[in-house]
Amino acid sequence: MSSADTNRSWYKRNEIAITPWLFLLPAMLFFAVYVIIPIGQSFWISLHEWDGLGDKTWVGTANYERLLGIGDQNIDRKFEVSFWNNLRWLVLYLLAIPAGLFIALFLNQTVTGIRLYKSLFFFPFVISQVVVGLVFSWFYLPNDGLFDVIIGWFGLDIRGGVLGNPNTATYGIIAAGLWPQTAYCMILYLTGLNAVDPEQVEAARLDGAKGRKMLWYVILPQLKPATFIAFVVTIIGALRSFDLISVMTNGGPFGSTRVLSFYMFEESLSEFGFRMGYGAAIAVVLFFIMLGFIVYFLWSMYQDDKGAR
Amino acid sequence: MFPTPIQKRPRSAQITYQAFLPVALIVWLLPLLAVALFSIKPDADFTNGNYWGVPSSFEAFTNYGKVFFESNMPRYLLNSLFITIPTVIGAVALSCMAGFALGVYKFKGNLLIFFIFIAGNFVPFQILMVPVRDLTVSMNLYDTKLGLVLFHVAFQTGFCTLFMRNFIRALPFPLIEAARVEGVAEWRIFLYVVLPLMKPALAALAVLIFTFIWNDYFWAVVLTQGPDAQPVTAGITEFNSQFRAAYHLMSAGSIVAALPPVAMFFLMQKHFIAGLTLGAVK
Repeated sequence: MSSADTNRSWYKRNEIAITPWLFLLPAMLFFAVYVIIPIGQSFWISLHEWDGLGDKTWVGTANYERLLGIGDQNIDRKFEVSFWNNLRWLVLYLLAIPAGLFIALFLNQTVTGIRLYKSLFFFPFVISQVVVGLVFSWFYLPNDGLFDVIIGWFGLDIRGGVLGNPNTATYGIIAAGLWPQTAYCMILYLTGLNAVDPEQVEAARLDGAKGRKMLWYVILPQLKPATFIAFVVTIIGALRSFDLISVMTNGGPFGSTRVLSFYMFEESLSEFGFRMGYGAAIAVVLFFIMLGFIVYFLWSMYQDDKGAR
Repeated sequence: MFPTPIQKRPRSAQITYQAFLPVALIVWLLPLLAVALFSIKPDADFTNGNYWGVPSSFEAFTNYGKVFFESNMPRYLLNSLFITIPTVIGAVALSCMAGFALGVYKFKGNLLIFFIFIAGNFVPFQILMVPVRDLTVSMNLYDTKLGLVLFHVAFQTGFCTLFMRNFIRALPFPLIEAARVEGVAEWRIFLYVVLPLMKPALAALAVLIFTFIWNDYFWAVVLTQGPDAQPVTAGITEFNSQFRAAYHLMSAGSIVAALPPVAMFFLMQKHFIAGLTLGAVK
């Protein structure tokens, strides 16, 4: 080591090694306290019975046994309904992706005013889900709602209105959720279409490809990054569905629109008392469903990251 | 370009397209147009069953006047503002630094930390709910704006770091190396070399986080409960119970609540879209 080096401070000598950690520290601290540690705490709480105020009572896996109906008890009915509704959300929410692509293709033109059209089509995504929920619940009002009026023209009638009927309520809410989600997917595809290589399109055109064939073999492969992001945000959005349910039906009628996220909230923080342990157990189940997707997302991103290097 | 530009199609197709555009738009925005219509109707229209017809009188000023002067709405709006702005500043500041660390330096655990940030950003809120509420209560921050801000900053940092790191990765690295050769201190490189180049990313994130936080409902319900701290998303349900079944006022309130992020979007459209696509779709 030269004398000049020893004269420099310890920090100066290790600057490149230490700086990243100093820069990371605040973000890591916040993230650990509010996100990482709470995940562990929720696991811990789910093994207890707890009203949120007094002492926790250790119950082992009893919450999970009750939830999933392990042993000689039946599966929690509310949990079952919520779980199936979550699946409905997941599957139907994915419709936002083709619908978004369709609208994007429709709007990918250059005529006067098209920019304004694009932004107005995107509009629903910017509005809060609470307002979307309110708007749709008025749209669905029994008898007086525009939806009932329109299906009335075709001689149809849903008893109790869309949201008052246990058979249709969940679908009504999902449709409301699809509205902003489709707008989101549309904007992803519009930006993606902008980046499509015009030379490839022209070459394919010379080869006689057009219409659906062109879309499938030439355009869609180039839209893969957009599709991936659309898939990620749609899955996350479907599993996060809470606001709409809370605003539109509050879980009803007869609990038919509950999903896991809503049921968890209801158990932990509702007027029926604070059953934090049981709620945490539901959250853990939801977490594991999500984890499957998270691992897949991360794996895809990791592959991309490796490719980029 | 795909689909085939309409200009290359026959004249009739062009006219059909131009005519169909506004029709499609109206159908698409029908629920919103309905609310806008509701908000300018007089109360009497609803009692008479005139939900969807022409308003019998134009009452926009009375309705919106009531929202602004006879309810807690202005308060909720201010709360939202005082929650959203600090969160935007906090999350963007933290993630700028974290993104710089993860994007510029090679060290053990770099990718792991990065992936923890991404993964944390995807977890369901519910698994955080009980502990975060507990933590907030024990810090005496339950039902305060600060309590919400702290959580939002922490949670949004995950998403913002993902964005910032990828953005910094795409910057020309020789620039940083040149600065190092000149003997510029690392923190100065961040401040004077990297930060000025990050302006588009900063703008994109700021607009996006503003919208996310403004529209948050779940955490508002979990961490606050009264007009002292509740943001407008939670306040609107309160507002609605005050004016139960008064559709003209509820829809005027909803429009007021939805307006700030909408304005933000139209003013900063380019940045907003850059943020939404995570910068991955260029």
